[in-house]
Amino acid sequence: MSEHPGGNEPVVIVGAGLAGYTTARELRKHDRARPLVIVTADDGAFYSKPMLSNALAQHKAPADLALKDAGAMAAELDAEILTRTRVAAIDPAARTVTTDGGRTLAYGDLVLATGALPIHVPLEGDAAGAVISVNHLDDYARFREALPEGGTVLVMGPGLIGCEFANDLAAAGHPVHVVGPAPHPLDRLLPGPAARRLQRALAELGVVWHLGTTVAALQRTGGTFRARLADGTGVDAHVVLSAVGLAPDTRLAEAAGLAVNRGIAVDRYLRSSDPHVYALGDCAEVEGLVLPFVMPLMACARALGATLAGTPTAVRYPPMPVTVKTPACPVVVCPPVPPVEGTWEVDEDDDGVRGLYRDRDGVLRGFALTEGRVREKQALVKEVPPWLE
Amino acid sequence: MNRQFEENEMSSEYRKWQCIVCGFVYDEAAGLPEDGIAPGTRWEDIPEDWACPECGVSKADFEMVEITA
Repeated sequence: MSEHPGGNEPVVIVGAGLAGYTTARELRKHDRARPLVIVTADDGAFYSKPMLSNALAQHKAPADLALKDAGAMAAELDAEILTRTRVAAIDPAARTVTTDGGRTLAYGDLVLATGALPIHVPLEGDAAGAVISVNHLDDYARFREALPEGGTVLVMGPGLIGCEFANDLAAAGHPVHVVGPAPHPLDRLLPGPAARRLQRALAELGVVWHLGTTVAALQRTGGTFRARLADGTGVDAHVVLSAVGLAPDTRLAEAAGLAVNRGIAVDRYLRSSDPHVYALGDCAEVEGLVLPFVMPLMACARALGATLAGTPTAVRYPPMPVTVKTPACPVVVCPPVPPVEGTWEVDEDDDGVRGLYRDRDGVLRGFALTEGRVREKQALVKEVPPWLE
Repeated sequence: MNRQFEENEMSSEYRKWQCIVCGFVYDEAAGLPEDGIAPGTRWEDIPEDWACPECGVSKADFEMVEITA
């Protein structure tokens, strides 16, 4: 039993989202022979999660988003894919996982790509359980089924995902209400002037903002829902979508006794406190950083694929700006990572807003761009120091 | 009218490519000037080591999408 990764013992990947499948694909670029098993709670279809929040604009039904089914993925990856199967427990000492069907799988290296769980806000009322959170293609299909033609949607949470869904739904002709405690959308990422431009552009598209308040209760009223907000007002809607946030799914890792902080704690090799268990993507905390975005995940998958093929490879993070898919007001934001004290310098004109976030030494640590000024992204990103050297 | 027709004819030669991971669309007609790729650059002419500006996947992981009328 080697302490090094690689070799011929099977790799077992838990989760078939972007993190799990991309790791598998990257491993196969280096090594076609190592046995590979992927265990997934869903049907194993490969799809692009970022496209869930702009599928309407692209005239895509949920089924169109599934690019390849589990059979096609198994063939492409030379993998055994166990669909509609959950891992019930990990035994790190024995190097086995047990599925909910009672099957035991031995592994040489285990990859946790379990993703994140939607945060549920406790609500009063008989319809509190009808709130839909979209974090999977299956969830999205349920959401679209529940949404009547031209139906009104109440979105809880004016963050990145909430704004993207609001834009997509409003552009497709749905009345949209967005509720959240912050004074502006994307409050934690954007300087005030940029947030106000986004807020105004979405309002012009028809989005009704209910900011500085929260949903307190949700009741059924015939075929629709009535939300009572904390400020005493009410909103009627056909569907209630929660986009209040995600938390890393660390349940399996915790139960197995692995180190967990906000996410499953891993080093730059994506290795957890057990040398044969790795984690990446929305479930992982890499050197203290939880970055639930596509680009960091892809960087981790490339490094881990090489590591699993026998070449230990540390992940490196350049600064990775996030594009917010709000065509009504395009936004690019490069948050300061790791968080650092600093101040915004904001420049606003007809073309849009450019916010530069500088630390006390004057070093550019982040930026925010709207509308026409998103063109400045490539030039600015060169000035920002790497997130993880 | 005639000019519009010509423009449509010209643009119909250009294709669009979509990243299968994040949905980013590369439009040959527009190029990516801020990324050093001039408008009108064909997909074939983009360097092999180029990566999606939004998610970092390699050129090989892109997929072509049809232009919708």
